[in-house]
Amino acid sequence: MSLLEVEGITKNFGGLAAVSHVDLRVDEGEVVGLIGPNGAGKTTLFNLLSGALKPSSGAIRFRDENITGLKPHQICHKGLARTFQSVKVFGGMTASQNVLAGAIFGDRGQMSPKQAGKEAARLLEFVGLSAVAAAPARDLTLANQKRLEVARALATKPNLLLIDELMAGLNPTEVAQAMDLVAAIRKQGTTVLIIEHVMKAIMSICDRILVLHHGEKIAEGTPQEIATSRTVVEVYLGE
Amino acid sequence: METFLGVVIGGLLIGGLYALIAMGLSLQYGVARVLNVSHGEFIMLGALTTWSLYTAFHINPLLSLAVCGPAAFALGYVLHRTVYRRILATSPSPGVFESNSLLASFGLLFVIQNVALIAWGANTRGYSYLAVPVSLFGVLFGANQLLTLGCALVVGVAFYVFLARTRVGKAIRAAAQDSTSAALMGVNINSVLALCFGFGAALAAIAGMLISMCYPVTPVMGIPYTIIAMIVVVLGGLGSIPGSFLGGLVLGLIGSLVTYIEPSLTLVAYYLIFALLLLVKPTGIMGR
Amino acid sequence: MQTGKASWLRLRTPVLWLALLAAMGTLSLYASPYTVIMVTNILMYVILTVSWVLFSAPTGYISLATAAFFGVGIYTSATLGGQLPLPLIILTAGVASFVLAALVGALTLRLKGVYFAFFTFGLVELIKHLLLWYEVSVTGVRGRFVVSADNVTIYYIILGILVILLLTSYLIRRSRVGLALQAIGEGEDAAAHTGINVSAVKTFVFALSAVFAGAAGAAMATRWGYVDPYIAFDYLFSFTAVAMAVFGGLGRFEGPILGAVVFAFLRELLITRFPYVYMLVMGSVLVVTILYLPQGLVQLAQKSTWRRLRGHREPA
Ligand SMILES: Nc1ncnc2c1ncn2[C@@H]1O[C@H](COP(=O)(O)OP(=O)(O)OP(=O)(O)O)[C@@H](O)[C@H]1O
Ligand SMILES: [Mg+2]
Repeated sequence: MSLLEVEGITKNFGGLAAVSHVDLRVDEGEVVGLIGPNGAGKTTLFNLLSGALKPSSGAIRFRDENITGLKPHQICHKGLARTFQSVKVFGGMTASQNVLAGAIFGDRGQMSPKQAGKEAARLLEFVGLSAVAAAPARDLTLANQKRLEVARALATKPNLLLIDELMAGLNPTEVAQAMDLVAAIRKQGTTVLIIEHVMKAIMSICDRILVLHHGEKIAEGTPQEIATSRTVVEVYLGE
Repeated sequence: METFLGVVIGGLLIGGLYALIAMGLSLQYGVARVLNVSHGEFIMLGALTTWSLYTAFHINPLLSLAVCGPAAFALGYVLHRTVYRRILATSPSPGVFESNSLLASFGLLFVIQNVALIAWGANTRGYSYLAVPVSLFGVLFGANQLLTLGCALVVGVAFYVFLARTRVGKAIRAAAQDSTSAALMGVNINSVLALCFGFGAALAAIAGMLISMCYPVTPVMGIPYTIIAMIVVVLGGLGSIPGSFLGGLVLGLIGSLVTYIEPSLTLVAYYLIFALLLLVKPTGIMGR
Repeated sequence: MQTGKASWLRLRTPVLWLALLAAMGTLSLYASPYTVIMVTNILMYVILTVSWVLFSAPTGYISLATAAFFGVGIYTSATLGGQLPLPLIILTAGVASFVLAALVGALTLRLKGVYFAFFTFGLVELIKHLLLWYEVSVTGVRGRFVVSADNVTIYYIILGILVILLLTSYLIRRSRVGLALQAIGEGEDAAAHTGINVSAVKTFVFALSAVFAGAAGAAMATRWGYVDPYIAFDYLFSFTAVAMAVFGGLGRFEGPILGAVVFAFLRELLITRFPYVYMLVMGSVLVVTILYLPQGLVQLAQKSTWRRLRGHREPA
């Protein structure tokens, strides 16, 4: 069943079409990759999906509901959560408070503080940050801050999680750990749409991959198909 | 028809002053990121200094430009070098700098106003300079008012040309776009920011000098002008110098119209425009 | 032994607060009328400062509208005085300020912080001019007489407002709204994507903070006898609240309270002894605090500060 359906979405910044007539479908249970050269419009697409930006045209349907033009917090409540390319943890708050905020507010306040606390502890454990739960988020390493964002997003109980560059700037060990994390997220039943530049990782964790270039979708297929596609190799992989 | 012309010309006369004031504030916020609420105090200093020079030494108000402009520039420059630069160095984020510099400019507002009260007393002052009527398209205006508009336009355009053409001007515009890459391009960012702050103060003082030729001046006159400058800066688009210039003229025209209908509601009308603008197009007329 | 000490430490703060409350609550029994008046003034500034802190400290939005809400309270009191019992007047003033703040917040708080600072800066002037126009061209008289109350009553009302404000601040800090506010202060984008209705939370807390300034204005007006728009809408009240909070330090709950008490006391002293340099001193204190004591007066109370200072003096 399709979870997310995007039709002809477009975003213009002045004269620049950062995202242009992109169609996109994500089915429940999938891990879908989004790749493309720098400035291709990947983050902008995430901003459109999560409500940070309003599309110039096009429509977004999520769980059979039109969510185009909704505010970020509303979209979060519908079950679509995200992380940020340039990390945006709540720096002055502890790691566990970060996740607690996700649990409390992502769920429209259904959870009692006690339940939320438990949920936060569980998620910190899940992403492997229990040891630093009481540290201010700004003191965490970059890799850990990215994990913290994942935990915070998961705390909102999303059906679909958008991950923007989880592995950029990480060392090989950390990359491997991040790949395991994505696999674990899928296993617990959350669908994932992930932007990544680390090719080895994206090829092995995704069921399907979309390629953006100059805001347009130029290819879509299995990792195998993408790796051998002529166009993709020319504009991106061939670099 | 004559009333209409009168309102339009009257609007341009006051609008020219607004434009100057707003350009100064726009420079200070747009480049140096200081929400300078003490902007109006520099206007007041310029106005009272001009008044003193005229009444005590009979110095032509226009000549006091040579005193007020450089003195205000120096004061602004030094303030940035000492106060704002230190805040910049100790602020962990741009947001913190913005709020701390706003708070510091408050403190300065207090200090400057109090010093002026000690120096000049609380009385309202004024002098008469070129207060002879001149007929323009059949409408009478004070010669001093026309002179004010002329000066405001000259200073405004000269400053714009300075920004567009000279090396320093280009450095300022580069810093306004993006201070980190400007620094990479070899612009000494600290001195550019201080220059901007100084120029902003100088523009305010020059506006003050022009204001003193037509309107009464007091040590507490600054704040309403600061408010007007803020409205114009938003009207023209935050950080856009040409926008501020245009916004000043537009607000002057609106003000002139409202003053014609109900003088005591002028500031209220400015505010309603401000509120409407925030609702409809917060990026301003020249903003993107 | 150990546990005894620990439980005392845990109890120490509430016990101190209660003792303070008891001392304040019986002030009129043992203090001179002059002291009561002075303490009322100081508490009024504590209210303005703490109510400003309630919204501006966690979010980082600098509100310059305190004087506007205070003025609305004053004018509510002046208009309704004698027609309603005082507690109802104060309540009405709080509600009026809440509504005004909610409008201003809804208009400006969805935009960047600059717009908020700009808009609130001029708000006092706006209301002042509107009122002046109304009084001159509609009612034909400027200013109003206020039905006055006695000093001891006003003192207790102000103390009551302060206690409610402190309780509110304390409870908000520990509530969901407090957590949301903190998250917003750390980063609005991330907060919104975490499911927080950022504009609604900001607007609500801003409006809530205005209630107390309005209530304080309504209570204080009864002491002044006569008010006009110039007296009621004086932006010094906005500036002073901000200055006092920064002076005390925004990082801790006690900071702004301490700042307001010390600063307001200083103010009483200056106004009576050296009225001509009052603003000069206040402005300088503010600038010096921001430059050299960014965490405010409470920074002095922290051991590390003293150790560092002493470290400078002692030869290593
Ligand atoms: N808010 C904005 N205003 C104007 N232009 C923008 C804005 N956000 C993005 N852009 C432009 O849109 C284009 C796409 O940017 P985007 O950040 O989506 O790329 P990306 O694919 O995520 O790149 P990267 O791999 O470097 O993260 C770029 O040219 C960028 O400069
Ligand atoms: Mg990106």
